[in-house]
Parts: sequence; structure tokens; C-alpha cells
Amino acid sequence: MDQNLLLNVCGLRAGIGDKEILRGIDLQVRPGEVHAIMGPNGSGKSTLAGVLAGDPRFTVYGGSATLGGVDLLALSPEDRSHEGLFLSFQYPVEIPGVSMVNFMRAAVNAKRRYLNLEPLSASEFLKMMRQKRAIVELDNKLASRSVNEGFSGGEKKRNEIFQMAVLEPRLAILDETDSGLDIDALRIVASGVNKLKTNQNATIVITHYQRLLDYIKPDVVHILYKGRIVHTAGPELALELEEKGYDWIKEQN
Amino acid sequence: MDALAQYLNLYREHSDVLMANAPEALNRPRPRAYERLMSARLPRKGDEGYPALSVEEMFAPDYGVNLRRVPFGVEASEPFRCGVPNVSTLMAFVVNDSFRPTATLERNLPDGVEVMSLARAAEIYPDVVAKHYDALAGAVKLIPTDPHSTADAVMQPSAVSVLNTLLCQDGVFVRVKAGVRCDKPLQIVNISNASAPLLAVRRMLVIVEDGASCSILTCDHAASHDVDYLNCQVTEAFLGRGASLDIYDLEESSARTARHAQLYARQDEGSEFTVNGTTLVGGRTRNSYYVELCGEHARAKLAGMAIGGDEQAVENATCVIHRAPKTESDQLFKNILDDKAEGAFYGSIIVDEKADFTKAYQINRNIVASPSARMHTRPQLEIYCDEVKCSHGATVGQIDENAMFYMRQRGIPERQARMMLMQAFMADVIDTVSIPALKSRLAQLVELRLSGTRELCAACER
Ligand SMILES: Nc1ncnc2c1ncn2[C@@H]1O[C@H](COP(=O)(O)OP(=O)(O)OP(=O)(O)O)[C@@H](O)[C@H]1O
Ligand SMILES: [Mg+2]
Repeated sequence: MDQNLLLNVCGLRAGIGDKEILRGIDLQVRPGEVHAIMGPNGSGKSTLAGVLAGDPRFTVYGGSATLGGVDLLALSPEDRSHEGLFLSFQYPVEIPGVSMVNFMRAAVNAKRRYLNLEPLSASEFLKMMRQKRAIVELDNKLASRSVNEGFSGGEKKRNEIFQMAVLEPRLAILDETDSGLDIDALRIVASGVNKLKTNQNATIVITHYQRLLDYIKPDVVHILYKGRIVHTAGPELALELEEKGYDWIKEQN
Repeated sequence: MDALAQYLNLYREHSDVLMANAPEALNRPRPRAYERLMSARLPRKGDEGYPALSVEEMFAPDYGVNLRRVPFGVEASEPFRCGVPNVSTLMAFVVNDSFRPTATLERNLPDGVEVMSLARAAEIYPDVVAKHYDALAGAVKLIPTDPHSTADAVMQPSAVSVLNTLLCQDGVFVRVKAGVRCDKPLQIVNISNASAPLLAVRRMLVIVEDGASCSILTCDHAASHDVDYLNCQVTEAFLGRGASLDIYDLEESSARTARHAQLYARQDEGSEFTVNGTTLVGGRTRNSYYVELCGEHARAKLAGMAIGGDEQAVENATCVIHRAPKTESDQLFKNILDDKAEGAFYGSIIVDEKADFTKAYQINRNIVASPSARMHTRPQLEIYCDEVKCSHGATVGQIDENAMFYMRQRGIPERQARMMLMQAFMADVIDTVSIPALKSRLAQLVELRLSGTRELCAACER
């Protein structure tokens, strides 16, 4: 096995109940890389993200997935998170009655516990929240509300990247984080993601549009179609898709 | 012998002892109560308004009654400090059915605020007590009189109120004189303490005169968790014009405690009443609220929550009657039921034909966290005039799995995520408490209870 792999997915098959959605996914991501996954609606992009993150709705039928050599599929969703996996949800969930502050404090301290670190003091925590908010220019007012409750579509996406900034994942999967963002917000969110980039971590962006990839430059672009990665190439593939659409893919498969 | 008959026998055989140990104002209504009970029975599970609990079974065991008023068990009040940090309270205990003021109570009572034993009040203010005692619990008549009204069952004073009147010897008397605002909350700590099964029959009479205001915290505890207790309690509250009264009631007793509590309130013009009833630990609990809005612009907020586990049963029944125009009521009841717990909500709103421009809302939401827990919910609306804004909603569901996954993805362990969601679920009920320190104490107790703790008192003593 390539020691340099951060994420290694081999022959991953998964679905809901008996309905197979992912039909043998192979995907390798190295530290420092940005991968884009594109593909028509319903092809299984969100499912792949969910299966990697451990969404209990899905059943894994076969294959493997490791993060930094650790068997992801054997871990609970929370431990996958502690191991450094972050998923920016296509549809972030509203949690009325749970404040953003309590939510983030619980998340941060759970991870610290996993890493055998002391919980952050109140002032350290608030200081960190302030710093991270600045990265995506998240309004202070949002931070004092319930998680995502009553947030606009764009605010929810910005809030996802804020959480990513706080949790500093090794691998972030951004599922259509660009959808619902206005042009300025897109620029801010993309620059936030770029600021968080190091040569140790990696990002998978799931998107339908080249627009986002203008800001977050991918090293590799994959096309997912009917539960398989049917095409992998450099950044030029996204441009080609923008021009030609998916028909040629559908014809070939 | 049927459950009620044993109490009627007790009365027949010992009414001399009973009456000799109680004041005249409490004795006077007994013969009528006895008459009424002769042709009554206690409600059974399945009776209209009683979806989950059989009151008859609750009262069936052979409980002792302390008719001679032997002062046993009073030392039990010591361990129960029930302090709320940062709230200076005026505290009194009720041990079984005996009123026990703290040493500082009398000295600290503000001018115009009286808190004392009901029996004593009946000696000092016989007219006041005679005028109010049993005036609500004993005399509720259904208006409008629709022969098909299903709300009859909850609206008619249940036989248990009448039984309470038959046997009651003491309780708590609270009066706040006109215009007096009692800023310190009054706290009444009810403690069950006996070494053999005991029925405590107690009464609370609360009179908040015109323009006066006060908050009352009550909490129920069991000194022993190995003895069967039955608490039969009736509260009558009178709110004068522009008066304001908050009652925050917390049950933290034991699995072997049964509680049958009824609250009757009558509100004059412009008065504001809030009641929040929380059941955290108990065996079988039946709480019913009967609120009449008799003057324009009177407003009532009824809130309640229960966190039930094991074989606990908790039933809340409400009946809010709008008798005057421009009155408002708002009901919010929530339950989280785990294990084999059973919960019920029976909520009725009645809008009289004269009560135009009424607003009446009701919400009942429930989380059933285990497959063997059960919840019954039933709204009951009777509206006899046209200009009314009225809504109700009830849900029974599970924890939101999407929210669970979202939280776990962020690293929050499953158990903690579940607790946070349950706590959040109760947030709006907790928010009905207007005293900040009490609100945070309640939030803390709820959190402890959700984490599985059944001995919540220990937390208060710390
Ligand atoms: N809960 C579910 N129950 C049944 N089918 C599901 C469920 N979730 C997803 N699917 C199906 O799985 C397939 C893949 O869905 P998925 O959400 O992964 O697609 P996607 O590539 O993310 O699409 P989009 O671009 O629209 O976001 C679709 O056919 C979808 O209908
Ligand atoms: Mg998707």
C-alpha cells in the first residue's frame, strides 16, 4: 500500500437496504491534494460522502476505506470525525434549542478527549471561536443562535466551513458547499477553504460547477456516474464538462 | 372493598377524630362531600380524560391516614434544602400533610404577604378561608352545558377533589394583599415521610389580590424510596384584577410514590397566571389543571414536562375555560418517555359563547425513546363563539436521526448528542420559568435526569 495515501477507498459498495447506490468505488487521495467529484444528479456523490462519514442510513456491502491507514468503516461516525474526517453537508441540519456555542464546545472537547487532551477553558474556547469566525467572516449573531436554525441557505454553508475551520480536519469533504452562495459569499467561503489548506490535509469538493473550481483549484477531477467513478483526469476535465455536459459520459456507460 | 368505599368507611368511623383535629372552615364542607361521594366512583383508565392512569387503582391500596395529626416524620425536612442558588426564597416544608415553616420564614415575609398553615389561617381568618376554601374545587359547574360535551369528565370536579375535601386537615395558605408585589419567590417543599404506606391529603389555598403578584415554587420529595406514598393534593388559586401568579412545581419523588394533583385557578380581569409542572422522578403521576379566565384580558400559560423512565406513568390533563372576551391561553406540554414509561396528555380548551376575541393555543410534543414506551395524546376543543383564534398540535416522535448524525459527524458522542437533543427539546418548557436562577437550576436538573440520575436531590444539596 502506498504509505502516502491519506484516503484509500477500494471497491466500495454501499446502498440503502437492498438498493445498491455505490457500485465499486476506487478513490485515492494524498495529503496536500484537492480532488473534485462531479457527476449528474443522483449518481451517488452525497452517498459516497455519507458512507465515508458513517451515516447510519447506509449499509456497506463490500470494499474498504481507510483514512491515514485507519479502517474508517470500523469506526463510529464520531470517531471518524476524531480521526480527522469532516463532511460539509449538502443540506446542513437545523437543531433548534442547541446553541452553536454549546454544539461547538461539545465537538471540540470530544475530539480533545479522544486525543487525550484537557478540555479547553472557556476563554480559550471563545478566543478560538472568534479567530475561526473571522476566516469565513461569519456574523457573530449567527454564532449565538441555535445550530443552523433560521439560517439562510448561504449562511448555513458558511457555517459549515466555520466548523471545518474549528475542527481542522485531515480530510474535508465539501458536498455542494457552493450551492446557494452568492458571488461574494462564494469567494469568501472558497478563500476560507484555501486558508485552511496545508500540505498535510486534503479536500474533496463535490460540485456541479466550474465556478467553485475557479477558486478552489483541484489537482484531480473525477466523474461519478451510476455509483462508479467512470472518468478521472486533471482540472481540464471540469472545463470540458462545463462545455459538453454529461451526455458523452452517459453514452459511454 | 372498592377503592373509594374504604375512605368513606374511614370517614364514617372516624369523623369525630378527623373533625376534632381540623378547623371549622375545613370541617364544614365535609358532609356535602360525603353525600356526593356516596354516588360516585373514582376514575378508571379509559374513562374520558383518563387515557393512561387508573385513579381507582392508585387509591386502592390500604394506605394509612394520619387523622390524629401525630407529628411524625417532621425531622425529615432537614436534609431537603432544595436551595436555588442566587434566589433568596421564603421557604416552608409540608411534611406529609403538616405545614412546617422554616425558622426564618415569618421574619422574612414582606409586608402584605402571608404564608402559613391552612389550619392556622382558618383559625385567624375564618371568613377568608370559608369564602375561598373549596369554592373552586367543590363548585365547578360546566358552562356551557352541552349534554354531549366530552370535556365533562375533566371539567367536573373529579371525585378525587371531593375526597380531598372530605379528608383534608391542613395544607398551605398564601395570601398576597392588594397591590403588593412579592419579589422573593415562596418555596414550599413537600416531603413524604413515613415508615408504612401513607396517604397525605393536602391543600393549598392561594389568594393573590388585585394588582398583587408572587411566584411559588413547590417541589415534591420522598424521604424513603422504599415506602409507598400517595399524595392527594388540591390547589385553589384566586387571581384578582391585574394580579400575577407563577407556580413552578417540580416532582422528584420516587418510583413508589403516586401523586394525584389538581390545580384550580380562577382569574379576574387582566390577571396573568403561569404554571409550570415538571415531573422528573415519580411512580404514577396525575396532574390536572383547571383554569377559568373570568375577566377580560386575563392570560394563562400552562406548561409542563415529564421525563419518564422505567415503569413510570405520567398523565397531564388540562381544562382551560375562556369565560370572558379577549382572554388568552397558551398550553405547552412535552414528554420524553423511555423504557416502559407511559405518558398521557389530555388537553381541553373551552371557549364560552361570551368570550369573543379569545386566543387559545395548545401544543403537546412527545419523544418516545424506546419501543416499549407509550404516549397518548388528545386535544379537546369546544368553541361556542365565532371570533376566536385557536390552534392545537400534537406530535409523538423519535429523536431526529438527521440531527443525531450531524452531531456525531462533528465528533459529539452518540450518548451526549442524544442528551443534547433531549435537553433542547425541553428548552421552551424550561423557558416558561421567568426567574433566571430557577430556570438554570431546572435546566440543570433536567440534564441530570436525562443523564440517568434518579437521585436529583443530591445535586441540590451541593
Ligand atoms: N434515503 C434514500 N432512500 C432511497 N434512495 C435514496 C436515498 N438517498 C439517496 N437515494 C438514492 O440514491 C441515489 C444517489 O443519491 P445521491 O444523493 O448520492 O446523489 P448525488 O449524486 O449526491 O445527487 P445530487 O447531485 O442531486 O446531489 C439517488 O438515486 C437517490 O434517489
Ligand atoms: Mg448530493
